Amino acid sequence: MMKRVYLCLAGALALWTCLLPAHAAVFGSLVPGQSKIGFVSKQMGVAVSGQFRRFSGQFVFDPARPEAGKARIEVELASIDTGSGEANEEVVGKDWFHVKNFPGAVFEMRRVKPLGGNRFEVQGSLTIKGRSRDVTASVTFRESGGNGIFEGGFILKRLDFGIGEGPWGDPGTVADEVQVNWTLTLRPVQAPLPAKK
Amino acid sequence: MTRYSWPSIGAHWLIALLIFAGFALGLYMHDLPLSPQKLRFYSYHKWLGVTVFALVLVRVLVRWRYPPPPLLPAPRWQQRAAQGVHRAFYFLMFAIPLSGWLMSSAKGFSTVWFGVLPLPDLLEKNEALGDLLRDVHETLNWLLGSLVCLHVGAALKHHWHDRDATLARMLPWIRR
Repeated sequence: MMKRVYLCLAGALALWTCLLPAHAAVFGSLVPGQSKIGFVSKQMGVAVSGQFRRFSGQFVFDPARPEAGKARIEVELASIDTGSGEANEEVVGKDWFHVKNFPGAVFEMRRVKPLGGNRFEVQGSLTIKGRSRDVTASVTFRESGGNGIFEGGFILKRLDFGIGEGPWGDPGTVADEVQVNWTLTLRPVQAPLPAKK
Repeated sequence: MTRYSWPSIGAHWLIALLIFAGFALGLYMHDLPLSPQKLRFYSYHKWLGVTVFALVLVRVLVRWRYPPPPLLPAPRWQQRAAQGVHRAFYFLMFAIPLSGWLMSSAKGFSTVWFGVLPLPDLLEKNEALGDLLRDVHETLNWLLGSLVCLHVGAALKHHWHDRDATLARMLPWIRR
């Protein structure tokens, strides 16, 4: 009887130690080519999607302690692809991102609130064109192939940041609300213990 | 004189007006520098095109329900030419909005009628195909423009030179 209990315990312990490393991973740097930051703007009621091709970030995210997560993401605004060449030339200019003076957009994560399951609410400050605003995003997290994948989005009000000034300030043509969405693939910082060789 | 039916007359002039507006707008807007106004013009142009497309569907039903009056006496080649031009108009009234819609999809912009009713994108985004469709759209429009000149010229020639009822049966408030 006792023997069986010991065996069960040993088995459970073995299983736990096996699984532990994978779950204990802390996720850090972006995996190039597997991350995307995109957006959908609305022009005259027409949804138009675009993306930023270059961005970087520092992350510390431990799924076991999500509240302690840290993130700082910097987007190179000149890498914007709005979906049309004409618009790409326009939006780097003064009325829009004014990339000459404000090359990057920076998001600093301040707080992660678990919402249950794999869902989180992320709060932080977003700085574009010298203006900082608090933003709240809903994010999901999952692990796949040893990497951690964050997917999420929020509604950015472009006029809060002066994105599209002058004649572009009219939200009747280009809507104020822009849906920003991302998929960020992070590789683990402390690699899981190598499996039995 | 046998006139065209009232629904036919209404459809003819309404569609003619919309085509004229769409054509002029298209010609004006396409090389404007990017501005909110340009985006609005593009949308209005697309709304006009979709409206013409929808009205032409109605017009085909009208034509089927109220057939046009018999051709007026004229040399055979003129009657043939007139019918050929009319057929070409029907073809172009479908093909031009369609080519614009496809071009818009291929260039990555959906068409949303009056900013409310989204039309499906029949093509994936494809820059090269978009440029080709732009050329098709433009060429068909110049063809339409030429045929309209012929059509208007012939109508005026019949009205002023031949002094027959060709124009009056489509334009009821002028007497013949």
